Amino acid sequence: MDAPVIDLLQLYPRDMNIYGDWGNVLVLRKRLQLRGYDVRLHEYNPGDEFPGQVDLIVGGGGQDSGQNKIQADLHALGGRLKELADDGVPMLAICGLYQLFGNFFKTHTGDVIKGIGLLNVDTVGGPTRMIGNTVLDSSEFGTVIGYENHSGQTFLKEGVQPFGTVTKGEGNNGQDGTEGARYRNVVASYLHGSLLPKNPAVADFLVRHAALRRHGSFNDVRLDVPYEAEARESSAARPR
Amino acid sequence: MRHLLATVVGKTVRVVAKLRGGGSALPGLVAEKIDPNFLPRTLGTLPHGVVVISGTNGKTTTTKMVVELLQGQGLRVFTNRTGSNFTRGVVAAVLGESTTAGKLTADIAVLELDEAHAVHFVKLVAPRYSLLLNVMRDQLDRFGEIETTAGFLRQIAQATTEAVVLNREDPRIAGLAEAVTAREVRYFGLASGLRHMFPSDDDMRSGTTGEAAALPDADVILSSCDGPEATFTVDGRDIDARLKLTGVYNVYNSAAALALARTVLGADADEEALLRSLEAVTPAFGRGESLTVNGQPLDLVLVKNPAGFRLALRSFPAEGFRTMIAINDNYADGRDMSWLWDVDFDSLAAAGVDEVSGVRAHDMALRLFYEDVPVGRVDTELTASLRRFIELDPDKPKRIYCTYTAMLALRRELGKLTDVEVVS
Ligand SMILES: [Zn+2]
Repeated sequence: MDAPVIDLLQLYPRDMNIYGDWGNVLVLRKRLQLRGYDVRLHEYNPGDEFPGQVDLIVGGGGQDSGQNKIQADLHALGGRLKELADDGVPMLAICGLYQLFGNFFKTHTGDVIKGIGLLNVDTVGGPTRMIGNTVLDSSEFGTVIGYENHSGQTFLKEGVQPFGTVTKGEGNNGQDGTEGARYRNVVASYLHGSLLPKNPAVADFLVRHAALRRHGSFNDVRLDVPYEAEARESSAARPR
Repeated sequence: MRHLLATVVGKTVRVVAKLRGGGSALPGLVAEKIDPNFLPRTLGTLPHGVVVISGTNGKTTTTKMVVELLQGQGLRVFTNRTGSNFTRGVVAAVLGESTTAGKLTADIAVLELDEAHAVHFVKLVAPRYSLLLNVMRDQLDRFGEIETTAGFLRQIAQATTEAVVLNREDPRIAGLAEAVTAREVRYFGLASGLRHMFPSDDDMRSGTTGEAAALPDADVILSSCDGPEATFTVDGRDIDARLKLTGVYNVYNSAAALALARTVLGADADEEALLRSLEAVTPAFGRGESLTVNGQPLDLVLVKNPAGFRLALRSFPAEGFRTMIAINDNYADGRDMSWLWDVDFDSLAAAGVDEVSGVRAHDMALRLFYEDVPVGRVDTELTASLRRFIELDPDKPKRIYCTYTAMLALRRELGKLTDVEVVS
């Protein structure tokens, strides 16, 4: 019997892939492979044809120039992504794509960059960058560990839950203690580090829902990944 | 009178700071406070002016090369050797080498400056020449964005009066040409066959190295590089050299240094002597060294950002070597570990990594696990890890990839543990 297939799509790897976003793709692929899935990796860049079958979507952050390059394409793709999200496709949106998945980004010079409104969140440019090791408390995923680096301040609106509450770091906006956003099976966050290697609970949430939606079942084998626990411990203890 | 006072006080503080084993910036701070014009006045008297070298990777080694190339032409060169590559550090270095009357006995100053600090510096002293190497992801936790860093370099280019030397292979650097108001822009570059060795951050994951857009002519091109043997195409002529530096990125830096030296010297350049100086250059302290430990070669390779780490892995084949990786996340290393996920480690998969160490050893080991690279031991204790690394399998050559503070610690420990002979 052939191994069950999962189609994993990386959104804009050329322009939105800074701060180790590739690490998230690697981890999802590996954790699926270790459970017997055949992972087909798709890279989607502006102008590419969007694959017919997509089970899991990952996107990352970019420089301002990278964000400019993908904007028009993302707006054209927005409707499709929203449908997929509402249909339960798990997605991970980090940093820049988190912002663009929201309603808008208003820069501190007053320019408004439209988002695709997949997440009901608003972002405004802040005067300072929020940078450093970050630890969250999440009701769904337990302790989440990462590294934040952003100046945009994001505010959650109706229908969107935070990914977690900061116990170390600034989070969404440095004010309300929230970090990231949750909607259906979409996880959005400012945390890189990369996020998934040190947060297997989040990685497994994404792969579980990808498998359940595609195949109706998930081969829920417990994975013993070496160094994972120690890496979590040492990162959480490092200065900001 | 102010100038004289600043020099005397500064020099005194410098001696005191030395006795206390203190930092190199303190005397500079004192001199700056007393006389803010200290630097422009001292450096302004140099007959060949000031050269600024900046960029993300390779500043220290390239500066050392330029200094040696110019010294080989008989110039007296002032440089900020202590690694204090910010304005106060330069003041401190000037104090160290100037007479009590506040005069610097040099023909030219060649200064390595951090991008952000260079912006302050060029406001005080307009460089006659500048060399801008590259702009890559490095310590974004400090500067925030590559575009911010590129903006710093643009200000250096704008402030330069005589000539700006640019890396034509780095689009963000080559793009600075339009900001230049100096008399001349010159380039150094790579032959097309070598370009795949130098992927930029932009095509890190897309696999292709930018389409061959029309590149400007370069004064010096690195046209081939095979171990220590390199060929430079200078002004259309091929020049073969046998270098003491290894690693293709170091060899490319020598193309940059050569282009700058040729620009500064103009028609006066003695080409034979330039080549001899270039062949004699060894790596700068703390930028990687080749040592002999217990009769076996041991390379210390400094890695501090994804592009640099990837270049190093491509430059040094792993087979036949024992490999160690030591990753710290102290302030000087950068706290953000995400860069480790932007390095491809598959070249280590066959031979594996014997020791993984440093404060963030487990982050590094986890990274290797996800790339299917076998790992021997993981130990955050650098000393214990290093000891095992050199004592087990003593007859094999060794290589350690390490971040800055890990390198300093390892170098110290190596001196204690064994007989160390510095090869280069
Ligand atoms: Zn970010």
